[in-house]
Amino acid sequence: MSLTYHLQIVNLLAALLLLISFAMLSQRRIAGLITLFAWQGAALTASTALVAWSTGQHHLYYSAAITLVLKVIAMPWYFFRIVKKLDVDRDVEPMINIPTTMLIGIVLVIFAFNLALPISELSGTVMRSTLGIALACVLLAFLMMITRRKAIPQVIGFLAMENGLFFAATSTSYGMPLVVELGVALDVMVAVFVLSIFFFQIRETFDSLDLKHMEKLKER
Amino acid sequence: MEIYWLLGIPLTGGVFLALWGCRKHAPEINALFSLATLLAAAWLTHRIIDQGPMMVGAGWFFIDSFNVFLVALTAFVAFTTALFSRPYMRIEAEHGKLNAQRLRLYHSSYQIFIGAMLLALTTNNMGILWVAMEAATLATVLLVSLYRTPASLEAAWKYFILCGVGIALALFGTILLYFAAEKILGSGGTALLWTHLNGVKAQLEPTVLSLAFVFLLVGYGTKVGLAPLHSWLPDAHAEGPTPVSAVLSGLLLNVALYAVMRSKVLVDGALGNDLAGNLMMGFGLFSVVLAAFLIKRQTDVKRMFAYSSIEHMGLITFAFGMGGAVANFAALLHMTMHSLTKSAIFFAVGHATQKAGTQLMADIRGLIQTNPTIGWGLMLGTVAILGVPPFGVFASEFLIITTAMHEHPWATPFLLLALGVAFASIFGKVQPMVFGETELPKLPYQPALAPVFLHLGLVLMLGLFIPPYLADWYRQAAQLLGG
Repeated sequence: MSLTYHLQIVNLLAALLLLISFAMLSQRRIAGLITLFAWQGAALTASTALVAWSTGQHHLYYSAAITLVLKVIAMPWYFFRIVKKLDVDRDVEPMINIPTTMLIGIVLVIFAFNLALPISELSGTVMRSTLGIALACVLLAFLMMITRRKAIPQVIGFLAMENGLFFAATSTSYGMPLVVELGVALDVMVAVFVLSIFFFQIRETFDSLDLKHMEKLKER
Repeated sequence: MEIYWLLGIPLTGGVFLALWGCRKHAPEINALFSLATLLAAAWLTHRIIDQGPMMVGAGWFFIDSFNVFLVALTAFVAFTTALFSRPYMRIEAEHGKLNAQRLRLYHSSYQIFIGAMLLALTTNNMGILWVAMEAATLATVLLVSLYRTPASLEAAWKYFILCGVGIALALFGTILLYFAAEKILGSGGTALLWTHLNGVKAQLEPTVLSLAFVFLLVGYGTKVGLAPLHSWLPDAHAEGPTPVSAVLSGLLLNVALYAVMRSKVLVDGALGNDLAGNLMMGFGLFSVVLAAFLIKRQTDVKRMFAYSSIEHMGLITFAFGMGGAVANFAALLHMTMHSLTKSAIFFAVGHATQKAGTQLMADIRGLIQTNPTIGWGLMLGTVAILGVPPFGVFASEFLIITTAMHEHPWATPFLLLALGVAFASIFGKVQPMVFGETELPKLPYQPALAPVFLHLGLVLMLGLFIPPYLADWYRQAAQLLGG
């Protein structure tokens, strides 16, 4: 297979990533959100592995493996377990104005492409055009964190943002040095662990995972 | 060799206390580990003074006069805070605010937090610097929510989410930095090493680096508490246990600013203009002014001093932004003074709130009648942080303001106004707390005030006389940061 053919698949996967980001933005159910997060991880793994194969950057195989284990298998499984334990799997978030959120999302994507343009022109990698998509994923995840009122979706937004950053690193410079990537993966793992302890604390104190109870600390 | 001791001791301490931290003597063990860390730091400092900057461990760690000064400060304040927390946390436990398990979490996280900060300071790799900063945040999230009150949970959640987003932006900045570096240094682990980057900084792509710096400044700036990204800081300081407020304010903010400064040196070299400095001056000045006016409205004593931290970090950022030998010198001096003074204040405030059973300033009165040492500690600390001579804060603030008058006269009125407002509001609020009338009983135990007076003594000494080797040391570090 030629490099252009690979490139088309990578671009396709990048488009898929963006699509999943939008889907996450509009997903009301927590279980659905976790599934989408797992799919996003899968798309990320596939694209990283493909880039590794077509360019011969072997350390990217390790990154792909870490992504697969952490973000496709371990974290979704862990989240499903927490959701079951906390008994919030049937929770539906009453989000108003999903269309408005989507419109803001589209504006963010345009902004991201504009921001990425000067950088991707400088980049020498085969997939430089996907930097815009990576940045868009980061911003969409950011938007998701802002619009959500519940604890678990906010954390999934945080992790989706990390996915976008990971994709950005792959598309600009074939990933970060391996030791940094390992460190980042370790931090993300610890973060999820700490936050799951936190979910139980919040639940114990407020009797729900709704963050609307947590708006007392304001500047008066 | 020293460096492995320095990083190994707190991490071992974290693991040890996680396993055995529920024992009766855990607070003493915590203090012992901190003392050992301090000794390792002193050993390292001694070697750097003797032999100059050095790389350790095949380039993984890089120690020069800039970070060794922060390593020494961090280890010192970490030790005195451990001394203060020994009786303080015990009494909190007796008051039923904590149980043995939470104390274990506290001690273990405390050591890991210190270890993560020391790693952030000593590493040569900009990527590992990011990892260590994130680790330091994660170690403190559960400390902020230690009391499990609704307010503390909210504060911890806000702390995590805001700093998490901030630090994600810093990661993007690091990715951009790597992207620019990899073109020149080739891909692989060495392209993020600060010493390598520093060697080729003039060749790095300016467009990419200016964008990278914006992300790094906003990202790490969230942790420095620069306005308008500061809103986690007062909550986390007010709701967490007092020793945690002391180390957050005295140490973590410094370490985050250290990360910004390391990036600034690279960006200045690549850009050859004042973009980075101007951005820092803008953020710094805005923080100083905003925090000064918000101090006026506070009713909670720890919140008020948290805002005062934002004000001082803003002032330091402003001074670093101005650049040049004198401003950098002043900023480094102010970093030291602020760390020592602010942690001393939090120690005194900790005992005062424990005595009154509340953090509301209106309910804390007449400390000097019942517990004169706490009263004097708080009063002297406040006077010191407000920049009254002969304390050291006066010297550094004076240097910063005279440099500003000389180089950026437009900024001086704002600085003077902000410092004046902060002076009036803080002094006006602390004065009745110390000298007012009270019916509250005396504290039933001996407060741990040795660290307070030790810190204030150092601040006083440095205000009157800076030993020549220390001045040389600051000068070298200031030179290194360039301008």
